[in-house]
Amino acid sequence: MQKKFGGSAIFLDRSDINTDEIIPAKYLTEVTKEALTPYILEDLKLDGFDPKGEQLKNATVVVTRENFGCGSSREHAPWVFEVNDVHTVIAQSYARIFRQNMFNCGMLAIELPKADIDRLMALQRQGQVEIAVNLDAQQIVARAGTEEIPFSFEISQFDKALVAAGGWVEFADARY
Amino acid sequence: MGKTLAEKIFATHLRDEPFAGTKILSLDRVLCHEITTPVAIADLVWRGKDRVFDKDKLKVVIDHVTPSKDSKTATQAKILRDWARRHAIPDFFDVGHNGVCHAIFPEKGYIRPGYTVIMGDSHTCTHGAFGAFAAGVGTTDLEVGILKGVCAFREPATLRVDLNGTLADGVYAKDVILYVIGQLGVNGATDRVIEFRGPVVDRMSMEARMTLCNMAIEAGGTSGVCMPDMTTVDYLWPFIKDEFASKEAALAEYRRWVSDDDAVYDKVLTIDVSELEPMVTYDYKPDCVKPVSEMAGTPVDQIYIGTCTNGRIEDLRQAAAVLKGKKVASTVRCIVSPATPKIFSDALAEGIIQIFMDAGICVTNPTCGACLGMSNGVLAEGEVCAATSNRNFNGRMGKGGMVHLMSPATAAATAITGKITDARSL
Repeated sequence: MQKKFGGSAIFLDRSDINTDEIIPAKYLTEVTKEALTPYILEDLKLDGFDPKGEQLKNATVVVTRENFGCGSSREHAPWVFEVNDVHTVIAQSYARIFRQNMFNCGMLAIELPKADIDRLMALQRQGQVEIAVNLDAQQIVARAGTEEIPFSFEISQFDKALVAAGGWVEFADARY
Repeated sequence: MGKTLAEKIFATHLRDEPFAGTKILSLDRVLCHEITTPVAIADLVWRGKDRVFDKDKLKVVIDHVTPSKDSKTATQAKILRDWARRHAIPDFFDVGHNGVCHAIFPEKGYIRPGYTVIMGDSHTCTHGAFGAFAAGVGTTDLEVGILKGVCAFREPATLRVDLNGTLADGVYAKDVILYVIGQLGVNGATDRVIEFRGPVVDRMSMEARMTLCNMAIEAGGTSGVCMPDMTTVDYLWPFIKDEFASKEAALAEYRRWVSDDDAVYDKVLTIDVSELEPMVTYDYKPDCVKPVSEMAGTPVDQIYIGTCTNGRIEDLRQAAAVLKGKKVASTVRCIVSPATPKIFSDALAEGIIQIFMDAGICVTNPTCGACLGMSNGVLAEGEVCAATSNRNFNGRMGKGGMVHLMSPATAAATAITGKITDARSL
């Protein structure tokens, strides 16, 4: 079943955020996804960021820079987003394994060029940014205050199929 | 137009292409450990699909936290152990026989040229040293690999790194790969295979090639690869001698995977290593590297020698050569974790363990342990570790701790002085 995408955004204005920052290895001893919930982004090195803050608690979309999710292959990184209702990540680029893990879980890892990420980041100044995702049209619309900006994105047929199927297990099981 | 090694493997293992550019490969090896596999097992059970595609192609080890340190890690180990028994997986390595996955699986001869290999571990790229396509994947890919023996990839372009010249004494594969990552950056090889070529690689042992390939992921690479040659055949010979009439016959078979001369590369990086110094990382990304001369004198609290990067016998020999007859500085503690029981046993026979013990080093059983801040040497807030591992991320070895990556020789010299030290200066 397809997940819900879009919603309130939180901005992590840094490149190369790694999976150890998203979910530290010491929590990988948990054997359920739900148990990861309180530890989201606990070790993120970013000035002014509070992993226990209201903004993260209310967010369902993460907007960030380059090479997001680099490092470990741990799917616990997408999972900790999933159990915190963050089903959409928007970045300039991703580490390969993290990106694949997102789609394998039926979640969205949207790539936008740097200029678009810059505009999205700048939109924060208007207030809380809300993002609507239209997967069929391959478009997102970001709203804050009175401003509204549409962005187009590319997504491969395979990634779309994974999102529609609800993940890679469902897709592969039906086909192989 | 010729093909790269990776393209040859993709062509021979292509099972399906559901959409243009999406390659579903059949898998020769699915490797499993106790951190990322239990959730896949639980999900398969929940789906009523608790099956394995081929028990002989699964290789399973408990390695990250072993022997278990608490009830949670004991549960992870138990889930993996029960599953391996339930499916009668012949190659399962438990306490007493277990070692770090990327050291023990090659050591057992499980990885061969031309193979496709996945594991729920980013350092799976290590196995490309044998001329295999070996990629780290998440738990869902692992789950499908276990159940169906397939994995989806976008065919990666290949980035060739030509290593020319001669390494100076006291400069090792670890220094080379740290330098290469410094040149490429942490996403310089994303969605690419890094092919290590040139006379420097040709002269390297399989252990050194594994060190190179191990850190391909730190530049974002899907897999590191080296071309199979007589060094590969020699390493594998105890395991393949019944399959081939001679080593030459084995070599002839394996050479078909070697990239063609007219293969097309995304990029070629040419490096002369002759002037290369030992390298050390600073800050929290593996591409932040400096020559040891610029880092010398930086005080540390702990030295950690081991891991899937540098816990092999050759690494321990390099450390022991520096530490022989010396003592660990009173301001630091030093931990050595041989990566497998065989390495431990060989180090014992060679007198290496005695050198470590005499120096005042804690020698632990084979495990990933402290490398990822799990056990056996986790750092306290504000502490600094000189480590032979592959990641210097913030908090990697313990919350608030800092890691400097380096070769076993540099780590050993650092243990003696308590400050980052060029082993050649002792």
